[in-house]
Amino acid sequence: MSANRWSKLWILLACSSMLMAASGGWLNKVPDADRRRVNPFDGKPEAVAAGAVLFQNNCAKCHGSDAAGKHNRPSLRSERVAHATDGELAWLLKNGSLWKGMPSWSSLPEQQRWQIIAYLRSLPPQTTEPRGAK
Amino acid sequence: MHGAAQEPPYFVTYSDKLEEPGNLEVGLKGLSGSPQDANAFFSPTLELEYGATAWWTTEVYLQGQATQHDSTIFTGFRWENRFRVLPSEHWVNPVLYLEYENVNKADKSLLEITGHDNVTDFQVSNAEGRSEIERTIEGKLILSSNAKGWNFSENFIAEKNVSNEPWEFGYAVAASRPLALVAGSSNCIFCRQNLAAGAELYGGLATAHDFGLEGTSQYAGPTLNFNLPHGTTIGFSPQFGLNDNSASVLWRFKVSYEIQQFRDWFRIGGRR
Repeated sequence: MSANRWSKLWILLACSSMLMAASGGWLNKVPDADRRRVNPFDGKPEAVAAGAVLFQNNCAKCHGSDAAGKHNRPSLRSERVAHATDGELAWLLKNGSLWKGMPSWSSLPEQQRWQIIAYLRSLPPQTTEPRGAK
Repeated sequence: MHGAAQEPPYFVTYSDKLEEPGNLEVGLKGLSGSPQDANAFFSPTLELEYGATAWWTTEVYLQGQATQHDSTIFTGFRWENRFRVLPSEHWVNPVLYLEYENVNKADKSLLEITGHDNVTDFQVSNAEGRSEIERTIEGKLILSSNAKGWNFSENFIAEKNVSNEPWEFGYAVAASRPLALVAGSSNCIFCRQNLAAGAELYGGLATAHDFGLEGTSQYAGPTLNFNLPHGTTIGFSPQFGLNDNSASVLWRFKVSYEIQQFRDWFRIGGRR
């Protein structure tokens, strides 16, 4: 393959990944089995309370203490997150989205990741324009 | 807790856990020992670890040591980089590690054991050891798995002095688990979820000329991490020599503080 073709391929790949990222491309990567997973702590108030503590300790520094986003980091009260299934959010927490700056939280115990999701579900949707909505 | 809660309590072994992007961890790793036929020593290492991206962590170490009946000296520096290879989580997650070291022979930090590192190395006086600078390139293959709250990590180490010396090898393996997998609803300090315990085993694998365990030192011991609120972590581990080439006991501790989103300090408008 010529150098010219390689550079076109790279540009195409870069553009596709930027488009995927801008449209929540990680959602397309979630396997169906993960997508269908159910939060074992769903509807448990003590899990929501524990998730709030975990969120403040682990997530708030990037996503803001109100989960509304910070700088260019996305809001977790957006429509996209609200429409994602619990399984999809669990997949994102486990795998991260490394090229977009979201680290993997796989070394946080799975139960604690579910507690964070239970807390996110308890948050009201954002009424103002989300910060860092990229 | 602040994110450090998920960091496995290892002193020598690396896991797939990288520093979160934008965070700066400032740590002090201490090692103390009283090897047979050598003076007791204390070796502090200052560690600055920065999460450059979600897949790349870079770290600088500044090392020194104080030896009883001898002197206190600066022994050198290291610059290491860790790269997460795969974009998503697997049963085994590989991380590549590349490091440049510029340390002298008097160094006693034992951040890893390679080649024929031996208890007799501790007998070298500071005056003699500091005159011999070793510049080495080191690579590690870090393999790490997370399952049911446990972390299992295996490191294979290859080190090459830039002068004409053979490749030296070493290994480290470790396992750990938080004491509680489900978090409590109160922001407590002495909760079990803030404690992680484990064990690690590491040692040399000799050189490219005589690969194996013969003439190498080997250590093993339990490890414990305690995550205090606001990003402080304290770790402790007694590590025991497993053969005659090893010091009988090494005492390790670590205190670290994670500066959250350090890079935001340099954004226009500063921290928010």
